Amino acid sequence: MNEQLVYTFEVIVNGLMAGVLYALVALGFVLIYKASGIFNYAQGVMALFAAMTLVGIQNGQVPFAHLINAIFGTDVHKFGWSVHSFLAILFTVAVMVLLAWMVQRFVFRHLVGQEPIILFMATIGLAYFLEGVADLMWGSELKPLDVCMAQGNCLPQGMNGWLDNTTYDAWGTGVFIDNLDIVATIVAAILVIGLIVFAQYTKQGRAMRAVADDHQAALSVGVSLNFIWVLVWSLAGFVALVAGIMWGAKSGVQFSLSLIALKALPVLMLGGFTSIPGAIVGGLIIGVGEKLFEFLIGAPFLGGATENWFAYMLALLFLVFRPQGLFGEKIIERV
Amino acid sequence: MFYREAGDYSTTYAEDQQTFPIRFDRYRYYIVLFIAIVVVPFVVNDYWVNSLLLPFLIYAIAALGLNILVGYCGQVSLGTGGFMAVGAYACYKFMTGVDIWWGGELLFRLPEFNIFFSVIMGGVMTAIVGVLFGLPSLRIKGFYLAVATLAAQFFLVWLFNRVAWFYNYSASGQISAPERDLFGILITGPSVAPWAAYLFCLIFTIASAVIARNLTRGASGRKWMAIRDMDIAAEIIGVNPLRAKLTAFMVSSFFIGISGALFFAVYLGAVEVGEAFGIQKSFLVLFMIIIGGLGSIFGSFAGAAFLVLLPVALKVVGVDWFGWPTDIVAHLQLVIVGLLIIVFLIAEPHGINQLWRVAKEKLRLWPFPH
Repeated sequence: MNEQLVYTFEVIVNGLMAGVLYALVALGFVLIYKASGIFNYAQGVMALFAAMTLVGIQNGQVPFAHLINAIFGTDVHKFGWSVHSFLAILFTVAVMVLLAWMVQRFVFRHLVGQEPIILFMATIGLAYFLEGVADLMWGSELKPLDVCMAQGNCLPQGMNGWLDNTTYDAWGTGVFIDNLDIVATIVAAILVIGLIVFAQYTKQGRAMRAVADDHQAALSVGVSLNFIWVLVWSLAGFVALVAGIMWGAKSGVQFSLSLIALKALPVLMLGGFTSIPGAIVGGLIIGVGEKLFEFLIGAPFLGGATENWFAYMLALLFLVFRPQGLFGEKIIERV
Repeated sequence: MFYREAGDYSTTYAEDQQTFPIRFDRYRYYIVLFIAIVVVPFVVNDYWVNSLLLPFLIYAIAALGLNILVGYCGQVSLGTGGFMAVGAYACYKFMTGVDIWWGGELLFRLPEFNIFFSVIMGGVMTAIVGVLFGLPSLRIKGFYLAVATLAAQFFLVWLFNRVAWFYNYSASGQISAPERDLFGILITGPSVAPWAAYLFCLIFTIASAVIARNLTRGASGRKWMAIRDMDIAAEIIGVNPLRAKLTAFMVSSFFIGISGALFFAVYLGAVEVGEAFGIQKSFLVLFMIIIGGLGSIFGSFAGAAFLVLLPVALKVVGVDWFGWPTDIVAHLQLVIVGLLIIVFLIAEPHGINQLWRVAKEKLRLWPFPH
């Protein structure tokens, strides 16, 4: 196969994979936005927080060890055990649920009925707070994240080798695909299907959609707003955890993880704030678009690193012509 | 809020409409000005100027600018860092003489501008860029606009990083301010007297505050506030949204550009764009106006003072008194700032300005509160 073509394919595949991760973060945004009208800027930091908590629990780190040492002059770092990945993930989910409850109880219950922009700024504050807490709890250095599925070593022995061989040049075309990317795609697909099934066919899911549709009507038929909001924030926390694991396995758990939240914003604008398929499609478009633009135009003609702004510019141009996004509900203004 | 007070008579319209109608407020304002202009320059040393006063004055200008856009006109912007960068780079280019190239040849070179006019030009250029990026605000609103302004932030920072013309092809990719003087007194460069840098920034801060105050209580300010409160209703009563929003973007960017120019030329001396004018700066200035008070001039100053003081105070308490490592203090600072934002949004959405106003009212009536 032609070399240039192979490169282009690899770029597209890479873009698709990055897009999957953007889409995962964007998914968390959409969940919360649909149910409570809160535009949750802290989603990316939640992913960071979840990933750091996971690593911390896995390695048996003492939370706030650094701070405790500084205050009391002690020298504690680790409990001296390590937790199995699966258990650690369960614990982390529990932490995210607790976090969801606290956010709901201590922040947004007091802000009900405020303007959307005020809620948005509150989530920016929340993002700062969470980032500081995560750093204090687990330390801010770069941590490798080693979950079995990232390494592919929980598969049977022969299967892993077979997968490696097949993906090394993708069925003889010469295109290289990372195992991790395939895992990420499959997990994301399962997650999306699971969320859709949950929203469509379970009692809680229906209640969630009812709240998304109309708060007061939902209240009047006996749906507990508080419970639904905690539920939604927990779900978003879970999605953040998945995104955090994917991204962390790829490039380690570090601060830049929270910056993908910013990348998720143009994804949302492209896909529409209220649409789950929109988040996925938007994520893929942005992922492929920025990689292709960098490859075809950015690197040869503009001096590179166009990935930093391409997504925002695309969203900006897009918004001027279609303010509600690809799949969003039409914006109707009433006086 | 008390606008008038017993025994405080005005006999002319001019007196009736002045900025500080209460005599006590007016005198307090004069005293603050007097201390800032006449007393402070004689007593400050290097530490005070560089770690407190200069950042306070410069951030106060940026906060004023952003407050006009967000607090008065209701258009949320996250592009402050990018606009400050425009001010800084424009100031740099005008300081060192703008060179225009065409087809590989030097077409012409402007003479080097005086530092004062360079800073002004920094503001003017930023105003132009701000209007360009403000154009989408006519179609998109709320946090859609906030995200759109992120485009400005990232694009501008990238532009100044990649296009060598902006940093005069220097090898490091940084811009550093050459020595420039005003009336023979050094303003920029490594060997500036603290009081000179302080006074230079103070002039701009006072001028900005006076301009901002008068703009916001005049016709244009009322139009901005009408747009903020309800844009459709404002349009129906005859406010042109195009003009109102774009003038808000223009004035706001002008101030932010000036603060960026000062930040680079007087305060830091040399900047690397991603570091000095990154997205964190945008949030910092936004936090200043949230904490200080959206839609208030005093609030911009209070918020700037608060967020400049906070890290310094934390450092003094944490590192110097308790002997904690600096990274813990930095993380604690994040936690505290985040908490403060949330607490202010919940408890006092109008910020420090409102606290100050309530305190003043209580003190006026004290000890007979009825």
